Amino acid sequence: MTVLNISDLKVHDLHPVSFIIDKELVCLSGPSGSGKSLLLRAIADLIVHQGDTYLDDKKCSAVNPVSWRQWVGLLPAESAWWFDRVGDHFKQQNHDYLAELNLPDESLDWEVARCSTGEKQRLAIARLLQLKPKALLLDEPTASLDAESVKKVESVIQKYIAEFNVPVIWVSHDNEQIKRLTKRVFRIENKEIKEVSA
Amino acid sequence: MNVISLSTLDLSLAALLVLALAFISFILKLGLTNRIIIAAIRTVLQLLLIGLVLKALFAQVSLLWVSALSILMLLVAGREVMARQQRRFGGIWGYGLGTLSMFVSSFALTVYALIVIVGTDPWYTPQYAIPLLGMMLGNTMTGVALALDKLTTTAWQQRAIIEARLILGQDWRTAIGDITRDSVRIGMIPMINAMAAAGLVSLPGMMTGQILSGTDPVEAVKYQILIMFLITAGTGFSAMLATWIGARHLFDDRQRLRLERLS
Repeated sequence: MTVLNISDLKVHDLHPVSFIIDKELVCLSGPSGSGKSLLLRAIADLIVHQGDTYLDDKKCSAVNPVSWRQWVGLLPAESAWWFDRVGDHFKQQNHDYLAELNLPDESLDWEVARCSTGEKQRLAIARLLQLKPKALLLDEPTASLDAESVKKVESVIQKYIAEFNVPVIWVSHDNEQIKRLTKRVFRIENKEIKEVSA
Repeated sequence: MNVISLSTLDLSLAALLVLALAFISFILKLGLTNRIIIAAIRTVLQLLLIGLVLKALFAQVSLLWVSALSILMLLVAGREVMARQQRRFGGIWGYGLGTLSMFVSSFALTVYALIVIVGTDPWYTPQYAIPLLGMMLGNTMTGVALALDKLTTTAWQQRAIIEARLILGQDWRTAIGDITRDSVRIGMIPMINAMAAAGLVSLPGMMTGQILSGTDPVEAVKYQILIMFLITAGTGFSAMLATWIGARHLFDDRQRLRLERLS
């Protein structure tokens, strides 16, 4: 089990942010350009920031950045691929997430260039989960998906939380989805992040 | 063994050809007319100047003067590398990166060639040292410029990919590995091609010059082989060095991609 502790994290023009997520899913919403993605990128230590983040007793600035990013699994809004074949981006060639995301096993042999946006997004989620991160930062993971796939992704993530007791930050604009996922919601408004009731 | 001296008239006749080219470019609206003329004038002035400098330098064999001219050549080459970058590193890095890599490999290899291979006495005899270094720098410059340009423009275009690889827990070396390999390759290919085509397709300039001035062709060829090997090694090593230092500088101590370091 893992606790994500964000302590006075300051990025861009946002006010310093502090909150604790104890093996639960929280949603983060706010207008476009309000800094949601920047906040996730700062937690993953991908951009320069002030303040610190802890995963249990491990302090971000005190651990090797490569290990930190392996623990804190960030899913960017748009997935990027660098090999021709999908499967070459995966560490393990056998795992359950593909099937749970409605992807056939052969999808590992697909050419990235021939995948649709929705397929790429689901493959990106499978690619992230097979690395078994200890926390998940999901930047609008279902924005490009149809209704059926949205449900699949939601259940895969919830299963992952139940299995590994990980904290999750889920960025979403969809109020219905937020209600389905959690009671704990943060909203960025006027450069400030506040906990609001769902 | 005597060289036929070229008169001003002879050179003017050659210049007429360039003028004709500039004129036709003007008619074809290639937008190159001014550049052709300015480049031609620069050739005349720069080469006349270096001719005079070399004449003075050869008259008195002085380590101080040879070093001074070498440093000047290096600094100009460094500026040229910087000017050829579409996206260069900001601040001192933009200039320093290429200059440093050329310094390390060109200077080291030239000194090695002078002392160990050619064995001139003293080793800094300007008649050997300056042309050798000049050919080294001229070619390393191209290699370093190509490699660095490839590195920075590709990193800029593939930002999302590099970051995705970092996010998935790869270290910076792996995350930018494909790009650094491509960059070094791009920097080295012109010299490898030149070695492969030497003598068959093109007669290299230095060898041609020596033959024109009456040197025995086989002697000229031996020098040309030496030069080709030195240049290839020098270009390759400086392209590797520049690419490696440049790639490292694209990331900070927390292995974050810092593209804002490019201007």
